[in-house]
Formats: sequence, C-alpha cells, structure tokens
Amino acid sequence: MTTAVHLSPSDLTEARRDEASLRAFLHQLPGVDKVGLEARAAALGTRSIKNEAKAAFIDVAIRMVDLTTLEGADTPGKVQALCAKAITPDPLDSTVPQVAAVCVYGDRVGDAVAALGNSGIHVAAVATAFPSGRASLKVKLMDTKDAVDAGAHEIDMVIDRGAFLSGRIGQVFDEIVAVKEACGDAHLKVILETGELATHDNIKKASWLAMLAGADFIKTSTGKVNPAATAPVVLQMLEACRDWKRVTGQYMGMKPAGGIRTTKDALKMLVLVHETVGDEWLNPDLFRIGASTLLNDLLMQRQKMRDGHYSGPRYVTND
Amino acid sequence: MTNFEYAPAPESRSIVDIKPKYGLFIDGEFVEPLSDDFFETINPANEEHLSYVANAGDADVDAAVRAAQRAFTKWSKLPGSERAKYLYRIARIMQERAREFAVLETLDNGKPIKESRDVDVPLVAAHFFHHAGWADKLEFAGYGKNPRPIGVAGQVIPWNFPLLMLAWKVAPALACGNTVVLKPAETTPLTALLFAEVCQQAGLPRGVVNIVTGAGATGAAVVAHPGVDKVAFTGSTAVGKSIASAVAGTKKRLTLELGGKGANIVFDDAPIDQAIEGIINGIFFNQGHVCCAGSRLLVQESVAEEVMDRLKHRLTTLRVGDPMDKNTDVGAINSRAQLERIRALADSGDVEGATRWSAPGELPQKGFWFAPTVFTNVTEAHRIAREEIFGPVLSVVTFRTPAEALEKANNTPYGLSAGIWSEKGSRIHAMADGLRAGVIWANAFNKFDPASPFGGYKESGYGREGGRAGLASYLQQEKS
Repeated sequence: MTTAVHLSPSDLTEARRDEASLRAFLHQLPGVDKVGLEARAAALGTRSIKNEAKAAFIDVAIRMVDLTTLEGADTPGKVQALCAKAITPDPLDSTVPQVAAVCVYGDRVGDAVAALGNSGIHVAAVATAFPSGRASLKVKLMDTKDAVDAGAHEIDMVIDRGAFLSGRIGQVFDEIVAVKEACGDAHLKVILETGELATHDNIKKASWLAMLAGADFIKTSTGKVNPAATAPVVLQMLEACRDWKRVTGQYMGMKPAGGIRTTKDALKMLVLVHETVGDEWLNPDLFRIGASTLLNDLLMQRQKMRDGHYSGPRYVTND
Repeated sequence: MTNFEYAPAPESRSIVDIKPKYGLFIDGEFVEPLSDDFFETINPANEEHLSYVANAGDADVDAAVRAAQRAFTKWSKLPGSERAKYLYRIARIMQERAREFAVLETLDNGKPIKESRDVDVPLVAAHFFHHAGWADKLEFAGYGKNPRPIGVAGQVIPWNFPLLMLAWKVAPALACGNTVVLKPAETTPLTALLFAEVCQQAGLPRGVVNIVTGAGATGAAVVAHPGVDKVAFTGSTAVGKSIASAVAGTKKRLTLELGGKGANIVFDDAPIDQAIEGIINGIFFNQGHVCCAGSRLLVQESVAEEVMDRLKHRLTTLRVGDPMDKNTDVGAINSRAQLERIRALADSGDVEGATRWSAPGELPQKGFWFAPTVFTNVTEAHRIAREEIFGPVLSVVTFRTPAEALEKANNTPYGLSAGIWSEKGSRIHAMADGLRAGVIWANAFNKFDPASPFGGYKESGYGREGGRAGLASYLQQEKS
C-alpha cells in the first residue's frame, strides 16, 4: 500500500522549509466533513464488547492510562499516593497491570520520580505554560528543561492556539521544534487543545503541523477545556496517525485526554484504535489515555468481570 | 501485544415469537387461506426454517379487497385528527416493540441486526409519526381545499427493506384516508405479519389494513383486482413494466419505485475519509440490496489510485457474517435466487474484462453469502456498469472533468439516486442541477427521512414517497 493524497516523504521535507511551504501543505490536505466524521464515530460507538473481549480490552486500557493529577492543590503526598496507585492499581489483585505513566505538573516531577522508583512507569510532565500556553518561548523552554532535568520521561506541551488561530502557523511550528529540542531524550506529546481549535479542518491541520514539527504523540486536550477527547476528534486524529505512517513508514502516537471517565468511554477509544489504525497501536508506546478518575472505573469493571457482581467505589482506592 | 477480536455479541432470538404457521390478515383478523396453500420462509443466513406462510390465491385477494372496500366507507370519512390517533398509536407501538421487529427482520431478511435496529425500525416509527402529523393537515398540503382519498390501495413491496417499505406505503395511504391491501415479498413476509398484530393492538378498524402473503401471482392478483383504485409497487423494473401494462387503460392510479444504478461521484477535493465511508455505505449497506445504492463509483482520475487504495484497505475491516451479531457490518444475501443473479452478473464482469477484487475473509458455509466486491477497469459498456446487480458489488469508473462525470452519471436507463463528494459548494449545486436522479446526496449517501420525497426518473419509476410530495400518490387532486 502506498500514498496518502499524492503525498511522499519529500513533500513533508518541503512542508518544513518555511512558513509559506507549511501553509501550502496544510492547505492542500483534504477537508473533513463534520457530519460524516460524526456518523462514523457514532457507528463505531455501537460496537458491542463483551465477555473475554471486554476483559482483555480493560487490561489494555489500564496499561495505557496516563494517571493524571493537574491541580493547583497538588502536594508531594498526593503525588506519592497517585504513584502508589500507578504501580499497584488494585492492592487486592496483583494480576492488574501497571499504568503507563503518571502525569504531573513540572514542579512535582521529582516527587513522582522518587515514588515510582524502578517500577518502569514513566513520569510525564505538562510543560510550556500549561494549560494556556500563554508565555514567552523562553519561559516555555525553561519550563520544559526544568521538567526534563527533574527526570521527566515525557513532556506534554501545549501549542499556541492563539498563534494558530491567527494564522501564525510558522510560530506554532517553530515552538514545537524548539520544545522538542529541549526535550532531549524525553518523548514529546503535543497537545492541540481541540476544543479551542473548534473545527475539524483546524484539528486536521494542527495534527499534521505537530507531526511535521517532531511530535512523538499528538494529544487532544489539556483536560481544562470542554469539549475535549470526543470520539469524532479522536477518530480524525487517529486517521492522521494512520496517514502519517503510510507516508513516512513511521509510527505516530496518539493520546486522547479529557472527559474519558468510564470504562465504556475507554473501550470506545480502543475500538477506534482497533478499526482505524489497527492493533499495532494497542500498545502504550503508541496510544495513551489521559485520565484521573477513569482508572477506578476500569478497576470496578474488572472486579465485576472477575467476581460476577459490582463491588462499589469503597473497594477501590480514592487518591 | 495480543490481537483483538470482538467476542461474539449475538442479539437474542428468544425475544420474538415466530408462529409455526401464519394465515392471512383480512378484515382485522388472521384467517386460513381459501387456497389452502402454504409456503416456507427461511433464514437466509443459515437456511434454517422459520415458518410456513399462506400463499394467497385469487379468492383470498378478492376477500381482502372487499374487506378494504367495506372499511373505506367509514375510514375515509373519519376526521383526519381521528386517523392521526391510530397512526400515532402504531408509531408508538413500533417503538415499544422495536427490538422484536429488528430481530424478526434480521432473521427473515439476513440484514445485520445493527441496521434493522438502528436504521429500519427507527425509520418505520418516524414514517408513522410523520404521516400522523399530516392526517389532519391535508387541506394545507397544496392539493386543494378538500383533498379526498382515492379508495383501496393495492401495494406490493420488495424484500430488501420489508418493514420499511411497508411503512412507506401504509403510513401515507392511511393518513390520506385510503384503505390497504398489502402484499409483502415472498422471502420476507414475517415482519408484515407482526405488523398485522400491531394493527390489532392499536385497535385499527377492521379491514383498513389487509395483508395477503404470497409470490408473484398473489401480487399480480392484487394489481389486477377491479376493486383496487390505486396501485403502488416497489421492486424490479421488469415487474414494474408488467404492472404498468396490466394497469394501463383502467381507472387505477399507479406509482412505481423501481431499480437504479446510482452514481457516487467523488471529486479530487472530496473529504477523503468521509467519502470512503460514503462509498462503502452507498454500496455495502444492506448487502447492496438497495434500489438507490451507489453501485457505480465515479472517481476523478487524479485521485482514483488513492481512493481505491484507501477503499480496499477499509474494506478489509468490514465485518461480514452472522447478521444477529451486533458487530456485523454486512449480512447475508436474501435468497439463493438473488445470490445466483449476483454471481452471474459478477462473472460477466470477469468475462467482459473488468478486474475483480473481493474483501478477504471466510464466508459462512451455510446460507447465502457474497463477499463485498469491487470491479475496476470497468467501461461504460460492461453489463456490471449498466445493469442493476442488487448486491454488494461496486463498479468503478473514472472521469476527468465535471462535465464528463455528469455525462457518465446520466448515461443509464435508470435515474433514482446519486451522490456528490466535494468540499466545493458551487460544484455540488452545479452537479445536482445536471443529474437526472430523484434523490441526490451531497457528502452523504443512503440517508433517509420521512419528510424527504423519494422516487426516480426514467426506468426508476414515477411518483414520490415521503413528505408533502408523497401525499399526492394517495389523494385525488381535485380543483380547489
């Protein structure tokens, strides 16, 4: 199989040349029909995941969770508790897998690194003046370096939506490139904040812009803006990842975040992955789910699958 | 990491009670056929026996028409608001018993449960609701101050959307004050017979709806009966022509909704991912057993390779199999006869030099199955580009300019449907203006709404169903 809309790797090189080339590239991408996109996402939402498939999907979902706390009130103690939960999601059941990462603000990275020890769970830090991104590039880079120096394995940056919406796409691109540079070995997730980009055409352009600029993952949202990771948005971003692979041969990661609270929500995300990019992406290296409360619902559903009845929220830990 | 398969998620068959044998629904009750003849109906997905159904003879049809004539006297004089009450009641019962109808439709027809559940049955309820709303507003429909019903409507419907076609026929007929003798298709009579129960449940006056099951001869008897004032037929163009001959020279009014060879036209500026979904929905929805199917893909040459590549890739993810599984996308072919017709036409594509590609995957051993298939290197002269296949077979033709697309799209004896895929509004309007098709979708395909009239040009028939335009088929249009 070849091609995505007469694209070749050299087109991508050309797109990176300057702002005009980038603009021309993004402009020629096929549009997105909102009605059709929503219909497809809704149709995939009716997939029925039962029995052994459900059990398997729940464990995959747990492995993909970026367990998140992003509050002004975050304390070392709160982060410690979250990390303990990341390592042992269900203290009463050792067969529950670990989550993929713990996601915190930059100043809590040290706490998380210490608490996670050699568990293999990554520490992800939001950076670049998260969630608004309203700071100078200098501050954003400092923010990033600070988190990386503290031991973050992954950086979740936000794009400058103001610049994107006013057409200064070169600036958005350059910022991502600079942050990627500042990341060093840390993986870069680029948050588009789809709720603020508003149209599916914008989301498509921003996805390609981020991929061209060096993102390891494209991520829907900060979780601070609604709407966030809706099924149509996740579907179209997965389609962008799929097309990226077709053109470049390289994998692109994807992270929906924001508003994914129930097992049902998470399973719908995995269905989108399964039917759009394929099972290769059912892997924490390529797909993450950013969430804070989701994990407990996954655990309760898992207990129900195991015991045949609901246990209730008292049987999972509140962190 | 492991491969993910959805576990089987079968809908429960036990929700529906299929009787061992069905009589005819005449004058408000089920009666034994005077013909004393029954035929079998089976599940096309596994060839299992479902039930025996009466094969109505001439005397049975005569009894049904007479019952409809008797009922017409009172029904036609009821105030519209009273008729509306019955239609609203039927609509609500259809919603309440939706799951039962969906399961029965899938068992008898072979279509995936997700379609009968999410498309057919909700649209059926919507049709009754819509026409209930018209029943007391006919004087405002633009057909004169006091539009009158025609009389007894003889309605013959196909097997592809058994219950939905029933609703398209029965709802407007009743709303306008007509009574009905309906002949469901031979291979899919069961949901019509369950609908008869709904008529009883709704307290519909005796004889307003009569249902006579049978094969072609029964349908011909309904059409030929002198007591029938209006004939409505949905089905093949060949049968439609014979009905038109039979009705010619009589007092009978006639509407025909016949075959099609719809063009789905994809321009190079189309929203590509949605266009792919639209192509698939256009031809593989309901196994391609859709008169308005987008069975000809006209794709602009500059993106043809790209579209084909994406289409094939996407087709490998289509789930073909047990129609009762909630995750099935494509179900069974409705009958052995239809399967043979599809095979014969597809084989003609091979012989005439087109290139066949079928989605990989094993088909069930029992039942009637045909893999989703795409033909490329198709020319306008090929049979698969001209004849209605009525199955999951897509013929792909390329074009270079909008004028060429229009020329190719209209180069067919049919004129039922077309689809246009482009992000450019002015192009969509210009194309729609030039297309000789009764239904045209822009950046969509196979979308239905009771308010939107449906019908064809040329050999796709005449008359419209749905909306204000559809009422014309069931009203005498006197001067206002």
